[in-house]
Amino acid sequence: MLQPRRTHIRDTQAEASLFGRRVWVAMAIVVLVFSILLSNLYKLQVSQFEQFQTRSNDNRIKVVPISPNRGLIYDRKGRLLAENVPVMSLEITPERVVDLDNTLARLQQLLQLDDKVIADFHEARRRERRFNQVILLDDLNDEQIAKLAVRQHEFPGVSIEARLVRSYPHGEAFTHALGYVAKINRRDLNALQERGQGANYAATRTIGKLGLERFYEDLLHGTVGYRQVEVDIHGRNLRTLSIEPPIPGQDLYLELDLDLQKFAYELLGDRRGSIVVIDPRDGGVLAMVSKPSYDPNWFVRGISYQQYQSLLQSKHSPLLNRSTQGGYPPASTIKPQIAVLGLEEGIIEEDTQIWDPGWFEIKGVDHRYRDWLSWGHGWVDVNDAIVESCDTFYYDLALKLGIDTISGFMSQFGFGETTGLDLFEESAAVMPSRGWKRARFNEPWYAGETVSIGIGQSYWTATPIQLAVATAATINRGKRVVPRLLGEIVDGPIRLPAVSEEAEPIILRDPSHWDVAIKGMNDVVDKVKGTAHNAFRGASYSSGGKTGTAQVISIGQDEEYVEEEIAEKFRDNAMYVGYAPQENPEIVVVFTVENAGGGGRIAAPKARELMDFYFEKVRTDADQ
Amino acid sequence: MRTSDERQRNPWLQRFHIDGPLFVALLIMAGISMVTVYSAAGENMAMLERQAVRIGLAFVAMLVVAQVPLAVIHRWSLPLFAVGIVLLLGVLLFGESSKGAQRWLDLGPVTIQPSELMKLAVPMAIAWFIAEHGLPPRLTRLAAAFLLLMIPTLMIAKQPDLGTSLLIASSGIFVLFLAGMSWRLITFLAVAASAFLPVLWLFLMHDYQRQRVLTFLDPERDPLGAGYQIIQSKIAIGSGGIEGKGWLQGTQSQLEFLPERHTDFIFSVFAEEFGLLGVIGLFLVYGYIIFRGLQIALRAQQVYQKLLAGSLTLTFFVYIMVNIGMVSGLLPVVGVPLPLVSYGGTSMVTLLTGFGLLMAIATDRRLVMRNI
Repeated sequence: MLQPRRTHIRDTQAEASLFGRRVWVAMAIVVLVFSILLSNLYKLQVSQFEQFQTRSNDNRIKVVPISPNRGLIYDRKGRLLAENVPVMSLEITPERVVDLDNTLARLQQLLQLDDKVIADFHEARRRERRFNQVILLDDLNDEQIAKLAVRQHEFPGVSIEARLVRSYPHGEAFTHALGYVAKINRRDLNALQERGQGANYAATRTIGKLGLERFYEDLLHGTVGYRQVEVDIHGRNLRTLSIEPPIPGQDLYLELDLDLQKFAYELLGDRRGSIVVIDPRDGGVLAMVSKPSYDPNWFVRGISYQQYQSLLQSKHSPLLNRSTQGGYPPASTIKPQIAVLGLEEGIIEEDTQIWDPGWFEIKGVDHRYRDWLSWGHGWVDVNDAIVESCDTFYYDLALKLGIDTISGFMSQFGFGETTGLDLFEESAAVMPSRGWKRARFNEPWYAGETVSIGIGQSYWTATPIQLAVATAATINRGKRVVPRLLGEIVDGPIRLPAVSEEAEPIILRDPSHWDVAIKGMNDVVDKVKGTAHNAFRGASYSSGGKTGTAQVISIGQDEEYVEEEIAEKFRDNAMYVGYAPQENPEIVVVFTVENAGGGGRIAAPKARELMDFYFEKVRTDADQ
Repeated sequence: MRTSDERQRNPWLQRFHIDGPLFVALLIMAGISMVTVYSAAGENMAMLERQAVRIGLAFVAMLVVAQVPLAVIHRWSLPLFAVGIVLLLGVLLFGESSKGAQRWLDLGPVTIQPSELMKLAVPMAIAWFIAEHGLPPRLTRLAAAFLLLMIPTLMIAKQPDLGTSLLIASSGIFVLFLAGMSWRLITFLAVAASAFLPVLWLFLMHDYQRQRVLTFLDPERDPLGAGYQIIQSKIAIGSGGIEGKGWLQGTQSQLEFLPERHTDFIFSVFAEEFGLLGVIGLFLVYGYIIFRGLQIALRAQQVYQKLLAGSLTLTFFVYIMVNIGMVSGLLPVVGVPLPLVSYGGTSMVTLLTGFGLLMAIATDRRLVMRNI
C-alpha cells in the first residue's frame, strides 16, 4: 500500500524477522500453557479420579431410610389389639416449597380447608425435624385425592403419601394396658440419640409413649431399612438404585383376653375403678381395666391442645392407670395375710377367740376404734374374723404385732414396691413403717396408727395389681409370681414364650398357717355368714375371696356413716379380691370401685359376674 | 513457513476469501458446541436450535467480514475504536443493568454490548497505531499506545466486567509484544504490575471480585457459597476420568449439580462426559486453530495485518487459557466463556467476526500472488 506521508524507507525484512521471532516465542508460550492445563486435567481426571468419582456419587446418591412396620399386638387367642392401617395423607416438605404461604393459600382454596388446619400445620411444622414432611391433612378422602392428583404439578414440595398408622380397634377398653404411640418429639429424639438408636429411627414418625407400646418399644419397632436413590440438586428422587429392606418389628401375643377385658370394661359401667384378673400360676394378666378411660387413637395422629387439657384436668383422672398407679387403702382385703402373721408370731392360735363388743380401745387411751358392725360380732376366732371381716379382732392383733413386724412381713407380699409388671406406669404405693413415717412426715409412729393398719387403713395404700399379687402369693402358699401382660413374642416362624423373673417366695415357720388363710377366704364365699356368700350363691364353680370397704374419710367419734348423706367423692371404696376355683385356682380377680360403698354389697356381685363370664365364655381347655 | 496447501489453493475458496483449514477447524468446533450444549442444557431442543441459529449467524458474519478489502479494514481501525469509546461512555451513563453489571446499551431497535465491539476494535486500533511507524516501536509510541489501550480497558473494568477487560487489555498488549517491545521493558512492566497488585486489591476491586480471588485460593473455605461452583466443576471434570461418563450421562451436569453448565462451565460438562481423551481432542483442535492463526500472521505482508492476525489469535488463546484454567481450579473465576463452545450468541459472533478478519488477511490477493 502506498504511504505518501512516510519519508523514511522501512526495512520490511527486518520487521518480518522481528515479528517472526516474537511469534515463535508466543507459540512456545501457547505450548507451555497448554501443557500446564493438560497436566492439571490429567491430575484431576487420572490421579485424583477415584476421589472425585466418590464425591460425584456423594452428590447424586442419597440414602433414604425406610421405616420398619411396627409389630402387631394380639390377645392371647390371636385377635388384633393394635394394628397398622394405611391412610392417605397430604404432606408438605417446607424446605422444598418456594413460597409456603402462597402454596398453603392455594391448597386451602382447593380443598376448602379451615384456618385451623393451616394453624395446626404451622404448629406441627415447628415441632418437626428439618427436611421432614409435615402433615397438612390426615386421612384424605377420594374426592380430595382426585382434586390434588390432577393439579399435583402446581404444588412442588407437596405430596400425597400412603402411610401405615397405628390403630387400636378396641379403643378405650385397652388404653391403660396397651398405651399408645404418638409423634416423636424432640425429647424422644434426644433420648434415642443417647441410646444410640437415632439412626434406627431415621424414618420413624411415632414412638410408644405409654403402656406396652412404650415398654416393648424395642421389640415392636424393628430395624430401619435403606433405599439408595439418585437425586438431582433440588433433591428430587429420580430413580432407586438399591434397596435394603427394613426388618419389621416383632408381633406380640399378650396374656390379655379380648372378651374378658371388654366384659370387665363394661362391667364397671360409669363407676370409677379398676379390675385386674391374673393367673396365679404364672402371673399372666388376663384383664386389666381402669376407668374412666379415653380413646388412645386420639394420640396417634396428634391430639389437640383442648382435648389433652380436658384429659389432664378432669377431676376423674382418666390418664391414671388405676390398676397400677391407683393407691387405695387395701382395707379388709389383707386380713387373711395379717391372720397368717398372727399365727406365725404365735400371738394367736387357730382356736383363739376374742370378744367383740363392736369397738376396740387401747388401754388408757380414750378413743374407740369401731367395728363395721356397730353392735359387734360377739365371740370370734380367726376363721370368723376373716369370714365376717371382724375389725376388732384385727385391731387387737395388729396392736400386739406392732408396726415393725407387720411392715416387714407385708413387704414380702410385695406391698410398698412395684410388682415388676411389664409397664413403666406403676406405683409402689405405701407400706408404712417407722422409717417411712420419719422420712415422710418427720414424726414418730404412734401405736394408734398400728391399730388401723390391722384393717388395711391408716397410711397403707396398695395398687390393685399389688393386691392381686399378694392374693396369688397367699393361695400359692408363699410362691410369688411376677405379673406379666406379654405372653409370647413372634420371632419369624417361632413364638417365644415370655419369661418373667422369679420373685422371692415367702417361707413360713409353719406352712400350715397358709391353710388358715385359704380356708378363711373359701369360707367367705361358702359360709352363710361370709361377706361374699350372697354374691356367689349358686355359682357353678367354687371360689374364695375377701371383701373390703375402704374409708376415704374418717368418721367422727360419735357420727354414723350414712352413705346417702355423704358426698359421692367421700363415700367408701368397694373392694373384692377373689380367686376360683378353690382347688388349683386359675384366676385371681381384684375389683376396686371408687366411692361406691361396701365391698360385699357392690364389688363382690360384680366379681361374681366376671367369674361367671370367665368360666362360661373365656376359659379354654388350656387354661385348666 | 510454506506448506503444500498454499500452493494448491482451491480457486473457489480463494474467490470467497475462505481459509480452508481454518474453516474446517471452526466447523468441527461448531459441532462440538452443538453436541455439548445439547447435553448441558438437559437435552433442550429449543436451546439447541437457538445455538444453531447463532452459530449460523456467526458464520455468516465471518464470511461477510472476510470479503471486506483489507484497505477498508485498515482505514476503519481508528474510527471504529472512537465509536466504541463513545458507546462505552454511553453504557457507563445510560447502560442497562443485568446481573449487577452494566454492559448493555439500548439503542431503540437493538441492544448492543459495546465491549464486544471493542474486542475487535482495540487490536485493530493498536495495530494501526503501531504499524504507522516501523518495528520495533519507539518508547514514546509504546507509551501512547499503552494509554490508548487503558481507556477502554478501565471503562469496561468499571462496568464491571473483569473477564472482558482482561481479554481486551491482553489483545492490545499482544500487539505491542508482537511489534517487538523490548524484553527489558516487558520485565519492568511485569515487576511494576506485581507492585500494582496490592493497590488493585485494596482500592480498585469490588467485594465480589475479592471474594472470587479468596475463593480461588481456597475453594473449600466456602463450599456452599462462592466455592461451590469451582468444587462442583472439579468434581465434574475429575469424575469424568479417562474415557468420560458418556454423552448425556454426566451426573454432575445432568442432575444440575454444576452451575452455569451451558455457559462458563461448559468445559466441565465436556470433560465429565468425554473424559481426558475428549479433552485431548479438544486441545488438538484449539491448538490447530491457534497454529493456523499464527501461520497466517507470519505470512501476512503488511505489519498492520501481521499484528492484527497475531493479536486476534493470541487473544483467542487467552480465552481458552482463562476459561479452562478457571473451571479446573488454576485461575480465579472470571466470567469468560469457553470460546466457540459456550452457549450464547454474543461471544460466538465476535469470535467468528475475528476469524473473518483472519480469513481476509489470509486470502489477501497480493499475498496469494506472491505465493503463486
